[in-house]
Amino acid sequence: MELTGAQILIRCLQEEGVDTIFGYPGGRVLNIYDEIFKSNIGHILTRHEQGAVHAADAYARVTGRPGVCITTSGPGATNAVTGIATAHMDSVPLIVFTGQVGLTSLGRDSFQEADITGITLPITKHSYLVKDTKDLARIIKEAFYIATTGRPGPVVIDVPSDITVNKARFDYPKTVNLRGYRVLKKVNLLQINQAANVINESYRPVLYVGGGAIISGITDEILALAEKVKIPVTTTLMGLGAFPETHRLSLGMLGMHGTHYANYAICECDCLIAVGARFDDRVTGKIETFAPKARVVHIDIDAAEIGKNVRVDVPIVGDARTVLIELLARVNADTGERAEWLDRVEQWKQEYPLHYTQDGENVKPQHVIEQIYEVTRGEAIITTEVGQNQMWAAQYYKFSQPRTMVTSGGLGTMGFGLPAAIGAQIGQPDKIVFGISGDGSFQMNSQEMATAVAYNLPVKVAILNNGYLGMVRQWQQLFYGGRYSQTDLLGVSPDFVKLAEAYGAVGIRVERPEEVRPALEKALSIPGPVLLDFVVDREENVFPMVPPGGSLDDMLGGCMD
Amino acid sequence: MRHVLAVTVHNYPGVLNRVAGLFSRRGYNIESLNVGTTDNPQFSRMTIVVDGEPEVIEQVCKQLHKLVDVIKVSDITHEPAVNRDLVLFKVTAEPAVRGEIMQICEVFRLRIVDFGRRSLIIEATGEKNKLDAIEDALRPFGILEMVRTGQVSMVRGRK
Repeated sequence: MELTGAQILIRCLQEEGVDTIFGYPGGRVLNIYDEIFKSNIGHILTRHEQGAVHAADAYARVTGRPGVCITTSGPGATNAVTGIATAHMDSVPLIVFTGQVGLTSLGRDSFQEADITGITLPITKHSYLVKDTKDLARIIKEAFYIATTGRPGPVVIDVPSDITVNKARFDYPKTVNLRGYRVLKKVNLLQINQAANVINESYRPVLYVGGGAIISGITDEILALAEKVKIPVTTTLMGLGAFPETHRLSLGMLGMHGTHYANYAICECDCLIAVGARFDDRVTGKIETFAPKARVVHIDIDAAEIGKNVRVDVPIVGDARTVLIELLARVNADTGERAEWLDRVEQWKQEYPLHYTQDGENVKPQHVIEQIYEVTRGEAIITTEVGQNQMWAAQYYKFSQPRTMVTSGGLGTMGFGLPAAIGAQIGQPDKIVFGISGDGSFQMNSQEMATAVAYNLPVKVAILNNGYLGMVRQWQQLFYGGRYSQTDLLGVSPDFVKLAEAYGAVGIRVERPEEVRPALEKALSIPGPVLLDFVVDREENVFPMVPPGGSLDDMLGGCMD
Repeated sequence: MRHVLAVTVHNYPGVLNRVAGLFSRRGYNIESLNVGTTDNPQFSRMTIVVDGEPEVIEQVCKQLHKLVDVIKVSDITHEPAVNRDLVLFKVTAEPAVRGEIMQICEVFRLRIVDFGRRSLIIEATGEKNKLDAIEDALRPFGILEMVRTGQVSMVRGRK
């Protein structure tokens, strides 16, 4: 039977088991939207295409299933660009359908035409411009396969409007045939033996775990490896939740705003095992002085990540799950040879804990995060914006489950948190979703409050409102002589409580430390979206901090007085 | 160091864009890039000459591999290979100096493919060094225009 391209598109999504599309309609996707109307696939209408992509991204991050979103051509597609780049940097599987002008109008600067495959070339894993309705099903099949296998990433499918009208026989392919794209199944056992030797010979090992561990779903294996060999574990921002931070071997996060003890451990370790992490500059600081005493084992599915930023002694390309299972069988259980190292790590933990001082009557942002952790018993999904709010969330919420920290790590996208909270809540309807936000970031996509209200999503958003673009202000204070250029928002932001109410949500303002807990409890008791405006200490800084270009053991602040 | 990469890609629109974009985005120094069809209409062959340290070249190859439309990447720098470049020179050739130019053509075994009243078009193929030498030899007469295809390479033997 012949179907229209729009019908084929929907049938393909059904074949892939897609239950929710995030999107925003427009002229060039009317046929697709007509089929969505007739189908049983859920659709979440955001208030901006960027919100749709971030929501689909967060849906993917919390479920492990690919996010699907759809925009119209031209501005609809270009509005999706930041969302696509965000997903690309954090290796999130995403299928982005963009409308396009008809095939005969292509390249003529037609109304609402933009070369979106060209624009997104460097920020997608792959992209397609559909030229024939006959190819549509194959392309969608390939797109899902590419997006979700190997190192995941976003795939853009640009669909000219006549493709959605034209008819073709519908036959959903069972397999894909991509000669240039192979997913690595095997691992090199010689390399794994070598890694096991390096680990067995180590006295001061550290596991450095990134987002790849969460994608691979290997938290059990990491725990097993850490406990068997007695290896302290530090995670990147993207790796938060891959290892329980309540565990005695946990070092928390490393890097620019990592803990003292994680960074000291990196500087002193004799063996560093990187799992699904990419030695980002925010992690390594000055690259020449990163883990200077260590033999480095690097496990990654993406061969291009190995040796990209640092010299590696034992490279292992492969799926982290397969690698860790093989590795676990080859490493020796610790028989006390690392006791001295563990003592030393413990001493650092005692000496240099994450720390802030509750002075005066002001609400401390760190206190808000700690209280959110307590009222949610550490079981919430946390989404963040970018900046101080993100770093405090990373530092003070003790993540213990994978896929519970949803944050824009690589691209650092302000405006991510609120739409991400929406997507996360839709992906995990039974979980508590808490968005941690700043007064600056929140305003970058605050229109999505309307989406949260429209679908009556119980998301809670906590704005840590310091009236500044806080992280930039912090840099200006520390490195630019206190010249707060264009970072002061005091008095020029909306009344967030009234804003929430205008959208039909509940707004709560908190100005005193003792009000924090009751406000959070009240928010949780409300079944719909709640916006909490925490008026916090204006000039609180995120510490510790490795100054840009500094070594990891060269941290500012955060010590006990 | 100069490396020669032989890259087999799908013959799809936009593939050149993906490859070229990769080089510009990651700041790799491309010396020449040649692309053309192969005996199989589904595939195109690129010969990319790129300059860089071994680690950079390794990254280039790995990043190329990640492109879905790239089927095979081989660094053939150290392989016995035939390397060719084709150049067309349009040279000022007043009757008085024509004889001399034609002598140069004979020495280098070049072909004259257009004979105008005041200019000649000369076709040259060969390895980069030879073509550079030809260019030097012809420059005194006045090169009006020059086009180069960029290097194409093929490994010798059955490989």
